[in-house]
Amino acid sequence: MRAWLSVFAFLIPLGLWCVVSYVPFLWHPLVLVTDAGDRTVPGQYSYLAEEQRVEREEFDKRNAELQAAGAKLAQGYRVNPIYLPAPGEVAKAFVTAFTTAPERPGDYWLHESLWQSCKIIFWGFVYAALLGIPLGLLCGTFTAFSGLVEPFVDFIRYMPAPVFGALAVAILGLADAPKIAIIFIGTFFQMVLVVANTTRQLDPGLLQAARTLGANTRQLLSHVVIPGVLPNLYRDTRILIGWAWTYLVVAELIGEKSGISAFIYQSQRYRHFDNVYATIVMIGIIGFCTDQLLAVAGRYLFPWESGNTALARFGQFLKLLLPARLRLANES
Amino acid sequence: MAINDLVDLPSYLDHTPESGARIRELKQRPAVLEIDGLCREFAGPQGRLVALDKIECKVRHREFVSVIGPSGCGKSTLIRIIAGLDWPSSGSVRLDGHPIGGPGPDRGMVFQGYTLFPWLTVKKNVMFGLRMKGTAFRRAEEQAREWLKIVGLLEFEDHYPSQLSGGMKQRVAIARALANQPRILLMDEPFGALDAQTRAAMQTHLLKVWDSVDVTVLFITHDLDEATFLSDRIVVLGANPGRIVEVIDVPLPRPRSPEMFMSGHFLATKKRLEHLIYNNETTPKPREATLHPRAA
Repeated sequence: MRAWLSVFAFLIPLGLWCVVSYVPFLWHPLVLVTDAGDRTVPGQYSYLAEEQRVEREEFDKRNAELQAAGAKLAQGYRVNPIYLPAPGEVAKAFVTAFTTAPERPGDYWLHESLWQSCKIIFWGFVYAALLGIPLGLLCGTFTAFSGLVEPFVDFIRYMPAPVFGALAVAILGLADAPKIAIIFIGTFFQMVLVVANTTRQLDPGLLQAARTLGANTRQLLSHVVIPGVLPNLYRDTRILIGWAWTYLVVAELIGEKSGISAFIYQSQRYRHFDNVYATIVMIGIIGFCTDQLLAVAGRYLFPWESGNTALARFGQFLKLLLPARLRLANES
Repeated sequence: MAINDLVDLPSYLDHTPESGARIRELKQRPAVLEIDGLCREFAGPQGRLVALDKIECKVRHREFVSVIGPSGCGKSTLIRIIAGLDWPSSGSVRLDGHPIGGPGPDRGMVFQGYTLFPWLTVKKNVMFGLRMKGTAFRRAEEQAREWLKIVGLLEFEDHYPSQLSGGMKQRVAIARALANQPRILLMDEPFGALDAQTRAAMQTHLLKVWDSVDVTVLFITHDLDEATFLSDRIVVLGANPGRIVEVIDVPLPRPRSPEMFMSGHFLATKKRLEHLIYNNETTPKPREATLHPRAA
């Protein structure tokens, strides 16, 4: 049932788009001129030319002018504005966008642009996570640490990441570094607070139990806090990757335009709106697939929540393959 | 109708020869836990709140002592102080003659909310304390298995806590606390979240485990039956401020069996406890409902 609803969630907007694009009397506010008629007839609307998209009203008035002069009438058919290509054209652009060379020599192909964007997202997010998760864990565990770090982080969090664009370029140059920095700024400060909050939600009973069992502070952090918050931390990370994507477009437009945003910008300049749509949808697909992949991986990573012990059993199997001496050192 | 009206009860102070002998023998044993003039105050919204007032108590080696009292009498605060999770405002708590500091493995604690580590299997939960001490994996594993055998859960060693019932979880928690071989086992309303049947089974089970292990038990409960059935001695606390109202030596012989729930000594003890807790003059009684005639 839920799966069917998910399918419909996509089919409904797609259907609406098809209806608007393929049912000629619905919307279609413009006329694509196929034959301008007798262009020698003077008049207020004599500028009509072939391949032009004009308002229906203009088209009708021009034909009235031509009829009054007894000349050959203009021909055309109703179309949508150029910024709304039909689903079929966008679907075609999914393939052709990859296979057609960039209009301007020196620009990047689509696959190169996508790869470039993924690289920026990846490094920006990895740096943010490498610093933000440990810092968040410390803030969530130790009140003193939280008091020292969180007010300042909270302060910076309210500054939109793009305002650091000019600074980032001045300091880090025009290449990838300032773009990675923007993604970092956009996600890092959020991450510290989100992770700290998640850590604070850990059942205090578990910490107390661990202390009565003889765990010291360091063991408390490594044996209780970290494993205890791991599943929630993982869910936070999935949400924060979404944040990273929103900052991507801003990041790519500062300094030297690059990646997917540069591709969209160029496509728009050359009025390849089908490419623009195809690229936007591709970002959606990449994001959606990453998230679903992480969701599936999560079910294997945290067997105590999902009851799925496949990975644990696989680990046991791998351990059996190890020589006995290594096995002992490995078990903890 | 009071129980007295139905049957002739012995006094709870009149021990049977067996129980009297046990009580006399217990009083010869060295004290494991000594609580001296323990006070605990909290800063409340209406000023100082005395949670515990001059508590004096000794728990002797392998004794089973229960603490009961109305809600708000500070019985949880008391056990948390002994565990090292809270601290006294004045007075001292000594374990084997040494004052206690923070929490430590010499005082095992079983909480009402199980507090098993959900990411660890049953076996690894029991191994936790040993691993913290630095016991080698294989040895810790062996010992954990022994403890699981004692609580009867060996076949569940590779299950996660979420796959167990409440009673089983609490048995794992007991095994986990005992695996550290603590001097005293502190139990804070451990069976409070269980249904009546499971609770009865757990009480019998706990006595069996306690009998086979060298450990002293301090047990907190608000269930009078439970306290009477399990304990050698019952410390009755009163509220506002939390203080010791009476200490009762339970006049029941060991080993205990569920039939004792109907014995005269059991009922007499329970009656006394009821009186102490519900008819205590110092505990404020709820105001009687005033029924206003409906305005015409």
